[in-house]
Amino acid sequence: MSAANTTATTSAAAGSAIIAALHESFSQIADKITPRASADHPAVNVPAADAVAVLTHLRDVRGYDMLADLTAIDWAEGASPRFTVVWHLLSTERAPGAYLRVAADCASDTEPEMPSVAAIWPVANWHERETFDMFGIVFTGHPDLRRILMWDGYPHYPLRKEFPLAGIEGELPDPEVAGETKTKVIPAPMAGGPFVASSGGELNLSEAEPRAKDESWNERTQKN
Amino acid sequence: MVTANKEAIYNSAIEGDIVVTRLDAVINWIRANSIWPMPMGLACCGIELMAAGGARFDISRFGAEVMRFSPRQSDCMIVAGTVTYKMAPHIRRIYDQMASPKWVIAMGACASTGGMYRSYATMQGVDRILPVDVYISGCPPRPEAVLDALVKMQDKIGRERSGGRLFKEENKG
Repeated sequence: MSAANTTATTSAAAGSAIIAALHESFSQIADKITPRASADHPAVNVPAADAVAVLTHLRDVRGYDMLADLTAIDWAEGASPRFTVVWHLLSTERAPGAYLRVAADCASDTEPEMPSVAAIWPVANWHERETFDMFGIVFTGHPDLRRILMWDGYPHYPLRKEFPLAGIEGELPDPEVAGETKTKVIPAPMAGGPFVASSGGELNLSEAEPRAKDESWNERTQKN
Repeated sequence: MVTANKEAIYNSAIEGDIVVTRLDAVINWIRANSIWPMPMGLACCGIELMAAGGARFDISRFGAEVMRFSPRQSDCMIVAGTVTYKMAPHIRRIYDQMASPKWVIAMGACASTGGMYRSYATMQGVDRILPVDVYISGCPPRPEAVLDALVKMQDKIGRERSGGRLFKEENKG
């Protein structure tokens, strides 16, 4: 068989092993710890309320000592659960590349919250700030949950599905400079500009970002 | 200097120690050849700006080698890189702290127009908050382009009324 298939088989075996181990350690919530569909590495769904306990267990007992990434998914408006937080764990002690993805759905679709793991992995501090900045997910217990990329007071969460790539008109961060220059934050549509790559037939347009290809409006011509 | 037009040459035997000229010409000549840039390096353009300041491209040939990282000590802001909305007010404040007369060079596609960053986070050209004198194309521009912009700005300074920038509110807002 091909190498990819072998990897998938090994990954599935590793995944069921770790899930069995978690079921054993967390027997009272075993029915909520479920395997998660994954094309490569083992992945597991956990309940949000017990996420910190499971992650602490994975770090201290199962050897997943490194938090490689922390991000979130927005399943779009109307979906429920709408937000899923994903932790990417890596073990430096176990077999090379022992990698595990842990996911938990946020209970609220309008004001999503998730317990912070910044106390377990200090690296999570900035990851959680970025996830808060981009998705608006509040990490409870975080020591310093401020925006990290956009400025304080920016009213939107740019990686949410309803946020247009071009941006939304608004005020500059500094009211004094805004008053002096009469400048605002303006939407900037791609409009097929010089830096937009032509598809050339290689790009699947149905999967491409549709808003980026919208040339019907720009700063001078209003959107209909 | 070898030229057929001998009357156009300063001749100390005839004119003595006096040179007759216009005040604007003298002041602008002094200003244009002694520009103190404020390197506002924001992205990869800043690296090319450093190259222009280095020995190989040698911006000091044009009298602009005294890069100062304090706005109080400089008179030409070179905006080199992507201007995010988060950074823009700080750039404007640094510009406001520079003493007149002062000039602005927008270096590269991002500073001039936003460049490839057509997004919610990027200001589409620093000329929305600053009065830009010279734009440089390129992504990033080569150091020669920076020197070319400097020479163009020297030409522009040479054509100005020397007092015009001292008291006028030159900001477009």
